[in-house]
Amino acid sequence: MNSMKRYISNTVESIPPSGIRKFFDLVTQMDGVISLGVGEPDFVTPWHIREAGCYSLERGYTMYTSNQGLLELREEIAAYENRRIGIEYSPEKEVLVTVGVSEAVDLAMRALLEPGDEVLVPEPSFVSYAPGATLAYGTAVPVPTYDIDQYRLRPDILSHYITPRSKILVLAYPNNPTGGVMYEEDLEALRDIIIKNDLLVISDEIYSELTYYGRHVSIASLPGMKDRTIMMNGFSKAFAMTGWRIGYACGHQDVIGAMTKIHQYTIMCASIMGQKAAIEALRHGETEMRKMVDNYNYRRKLILSGLQEIGLDCFEPRGAFYCFPSIKKSGMSSEDFCEKLLWEEKVAVVPGNAFGASGDGHIRCCYAASIPNIEEALERMDRFLRRHKEIRISNIV
Amino acid sequence: MELERRILHLLENNARLSCKAIATMLDEDEARIKNIIEQMEKQKIILGYNTIINWELLGNDGVTAMIDVKVTPEREVGFNSVAEKIYRYPEVRCVYLMSGTYDLSVVVNGESMKDIAWFVSHKLSTLDHVQSTVTHFILKRYKQENFIFEEPEEDRRLVVSP
Ligand SMILES: Cc1ncc(COP(=O)(O)O)c(C=O)c1O
Repeated sequence: MNSMKRYISNTVESIPPSGIRKFFDLVTQMDGVISLGVGEPDFVTPWHIREAGCYSLERGYTMYTSNQGLLELREEIAAYENRRIGIEYSPEKEVLVTVGVSEAVDLAMRALLEPGDEVLVPEPSFVSYAPGATLAYGTAVPVPTYDIDQYRLRPDILSHYITPRSKILVLAYPNNPTGGVMYEEDLEALRDIIIKNDLLVISDEIYSELTYYGRHVSIASLPGMKDRTIMMNGFSKAFAMTGWRIGYACGHQDVIGAMTKIHQYTIMCASIMGQKAAIEALRHGETEMRKMVDNYNYRRKLILSGLQEIGLDCFEPRGAFYCFPSIKKSGMSSEDFCEKLLWEEKVAVVPGNAFGASGDGHIRCCYAASIPNIEEALERMDRFLRRHKEIRISNIV
Repeated sequence: MELERRILHLLENNARLSCKAIATMLDEDEARIKNIIEQMEKQKIILGYNTIINWELLGNDGVTAMIDVKVTPEREVGFNSVAEKIYRYPEVRCVYLMSGTYDLSVVVNGESMKDIAWFVSHKLSTLDHVQSTVTHFILKRYKQENFIFEEPEEDRRLVVSP
């Protein structure tokens, strides 16, 4: 077959293949793999939420909703965000229901960027922001964060990457893949720089409910930041609803209006069944959600102590459901480490550099896995590390 | 008491958790956890550790029945002495005092329906103060102690995702 590559847009061609995809293709060829490589809860959606989805189908809710999403859902979202981060958003004008936070990120980039505008993306980070910027003809500027700073974004490092073209700063805390969080004082330290440089913030707070120490604070709640922030959250992680594809964006009505314009022509609306289930989640889902959070927290402690025991340095993640240990001691690159670990011990973890260059030398281990699987994976990793240590020593001698 | 409760909640869902794992999960010292569990075993707060088994998968066809028992309560001891006479039988798995139309609910295991019928007619209904019994055989178990019997517990997630 002839190659059709020359027809593909340069913009799309310029996006490098996903490091995760490559790894996924490898793993799916194998049996008996214990995976700490997933990026979603191991719980299925709580039954009362699933039941609400089924019931909506039975009742014949199978049509489009308004572009912005069901008003009933937007009202619940506004009330929930008021409880969660203490901000009042108008359900009519400042809330847009999207097909996951993924869509919200895309909409915001497209609604805000002019060609050549720069998007500051603290890395390691979730994989969508940089391609999202590129597809909106912007330029992603990676800003490194480090384990010695507990993967918080440092104001001096941020300043260093700001140019006259900087327009958006992405803040995604608690962070995927590091588990790092930014507390109020950490955010406060960025506020001046953001305002002085007239930046807007995409605040991806999809893991905020999964904060294990202290209180999650949204940057939108700091003085002067509400209008500058497009606050995004969704149901995927906290309510274990990844497959329903429901998220939302809250922000200034002009920004939300512009995003809605794109959304109405490209998506029309998020699925009504998902929206109905999301209403149930916000009305009655918090008890179950708390239980899931406690459960992640237990496993967080188990895996953290396990990783330390087998000799991998890991800063303590305080949010999300990931650990991001350093594998530098092994002498291998992240990709090498992950591939060998997979072939030799059938444990899947994700190479840190899949989340940006500053993630190299680390691996992402998701602890949304059963306790026996976590324990077994740790044993296998221990065996793996010992074996390779011996190999290295024998090579030296 | 708070720590005891938290330990119990963990063990209630998984009796096989090691003291070490519990200690890690609760930010406690392993020896302290071990000690508290032993104390609770002594105090009979923890009565024992069971395994929930789906015998059907082994092709065993034992029978379980739930029997509603009406009892005339006795002076001084109420229902307790009859209950004791019932729960002493090893084939009796559970005995509860109930509100409502009958008094004791008795769960009995047997090899066959005949087995249980014999137990009811010879042992249970012949006890003093037992007025009547109604026996319900369990036809199928769907869920027990929070475990679902049939639903395969497979992980349907993609093995690697962002
Ligand atoms: C930081 C972050 N943001 C957004 C998403 C996507 O969320 P959604 O399912 O709402 O599109 C993920 C999923 O892994 C994530 O880790």
